[in-house]
Amino acid sequence: MVYNLPEELRYAKTDEWLRIEGDTATIGITDYAQDMLNDIVYFELPEVGEDYGPDDNFGMVESVKAASDLYAHIQGTVTAVNEQLEDEPEIVNADPYDKGWIIQMSIEDASNLDALMNAAEYAAYLETR
Amino acid sequence: MKALEPTLYDKSVPDRKGITLPELDVPLSEMDAALLRDDLALPELGELQVVRHFTRLSQLNHAIDLDLYPLGSCTMKYNPRLNEDVARLPGLAALHPLTDDEGSQGALALMFQLQDWLAELSGMTAVSLQPAAGAQGELAGILMIRAYHQQRGDTQRDIVLVPNSAHGTNPATVTMAGYRAVELPSDENGDVDLNALRAACNDQVAGMMITVPSTLGLFEAHVLEVVEAVHNCGGLMYMDGANMNALMGVVKPAELGFDVMHYNLHKTMSTPHGGGGPGSGPVAVNEKLAPFLPGPIVVVDEGADEDEEAPRYSLQMPEHSIGRLKAFHGNFGMHIRAFAYMSIYGASGLHEVSKHAVLNANYIRANLADTYLIPYPRMCAHECVISGQIRGAEEVHALDISKRLMDYGFHPPTNYFPLIVPEALMIEPTESEDKATLDRFIDAMKEIAREAREEPDLLLTAPHRMPVKRLDEVKAAKELVLCCKPALPPSAAAGN
Repeated sequence: MVYNLPEELRYAKTDEWLRIEGDTATIGITDYAQDMLNDIVYFELPEVGEDYGPDDNFGMVESVKAASDLYAHIQGTVTAVNEQLEDEPEIVNADPYDKGWIIQMSIEDASNLDALMNAAEYAAYLETR
Repeated sequence: MKALEPTLYDKSVPDRKGITLPELDVPLSEMDAALLRDDLALPELGELQVVRHFTRLSQLNHAIDLDLYPLGSCTMKYNPRLNEDVARLPGLAALHPLTDDEGSQGALALMFQLQDWLAELSGMTAVSLQPAAGAQGELAGILMIRAYHQQRGDTQRDIVLVPNSAHGTNPATVTMAGYRAVELPSDENGDVDLNALRAACNDQVAGMMITVPSTLGLFEAHVLEVVEAVHNCGGLMYMDGANMNALMGVVKPAELGFDVMHYNLHKTMSTPHGGGGPGSGPVAVNEKLAPFLPGPIVVVDEGADEDEEAPRYSLQMPEHSIGRLKAFHGNFGMHIRAFAYMSIYGASGLHEVSKHAVLNANYIRANLADTYLIPYPRMCAHECVISGQIRGAEEVHALDISKRLMDYGFHPPTNYFPLIVPEALMIEPTESEDKATLDRFIDAMKEIAREAREEPDLLLTAPHRMPVKRLDEVKAAKELVLCCKPALPPSAAAGN
């Protein structure tokens, strides 16, 4: 199985991606994650203004197969939440990197990003699973 | 969509009754009007219509009484009919739960004997039959561990270790008990990663919950090292006994060093489940935790002279009990059935049960090894986990295999659990099945693998021979209609 792993994103072992633009990170789940989860039916999402640390889970994704925690991986404050996921969580299956973004956070400590993988490293990590 | 069997509300006929009460021969007692409600619409049917309704529903269902039910981790074994005979004895079935100890000595003796047998089978010191199901047994266990630490003034402990091959209820239990669950990875053999465990052990650890055998169907190879590591940092060990069907008479959890465990009587001891049970999840503990058991438990009254007459039993709250978990005495009807089952088999028979459960699972594993990927190809316990990824049929998933199995007359295995195996199918045949049934199942699994390669649509659109076709699970999960709250039938609506 070949997964779509955009070059410009950072990846986490827990299968989130982060798109870094200035001091803002957009966070979603990877093509691999949506494929493993199968049909997504529900997201539990945070409120704008909530603070999270790198090890915190900020929400939950539920599919017909399983429920999984979502991790922030950075220290920061939620600045936007994808409201469309409330009624149409399935857009994450269809388009995990664009329409299927989950939240945006401010980046308060750029050193958090060092622990994340690039696309090639994440692809190699998927090979080991 | 036309319903296969309409609901009782759909079948309701205004003013139809199952029972006609005789004329009152005493004055009508006035009831407080505030206690009466007219918005409760109950269906109105005769007894025969109700019997037919539930009989038809039962015919739409799969049951262990029809064929193999290999739902992994659920131990869907045969429920012996003798259990039901015993549970219906009037002296047990008609006993009022408020009957005092003196008037319920027989029932108390049964519970005492069951406590004692479960203690012996686990090697533990004491047992409480209070928990109503496995998850409540887990909660009782972790609450006892917490009470134990707190009584010693060891209050900084706030985490419980849980391997990623544990039952899904384990981290939920930890959270409900006020602790934080820390997940431990498995190594390449499916055992707990010992290095990760040792790194996680410190004075914050209240204990560890581990399912033995694990949800991979594997007996933890380093279980003694795991127990030692957690004990060395002051934590206590909880064994999730949901998979006890592999261990009876083989090994006693207390002798492995566990401090507390729960049984699932509705799994291991053949009390019925799958239709809502009810379950029963007794907890067994060693001396450290005995004072904290949920209660009341049954004890032999001190002072009675056992040489002269039968012992006297009474209910007693353990000294530092975490309290009640259930009204009255737990699910007593299940205690009766478990008692009957253990009486039928005896110690050597229960050992045979476990040996045959393990043999049957390994027979399936060995016979499917050429057809399906077995992620952990070693001797399994009472269940085996295979992967539903079929070479040459990439579009087919575990779910499709399960749906197709229904066309062959079998209940599907557990799907997509444990989470650490992609496309997991967890197969637990139990000891109840003979070789011919296992062979039919193996043949069906092989035939389905062939179909997956040659006629994948057959799987992707399965089932084909069931009362309903493939159900829309996404719609079912997204559009929750939790109750069939009916439109008021005409008679009730007229009263509003």
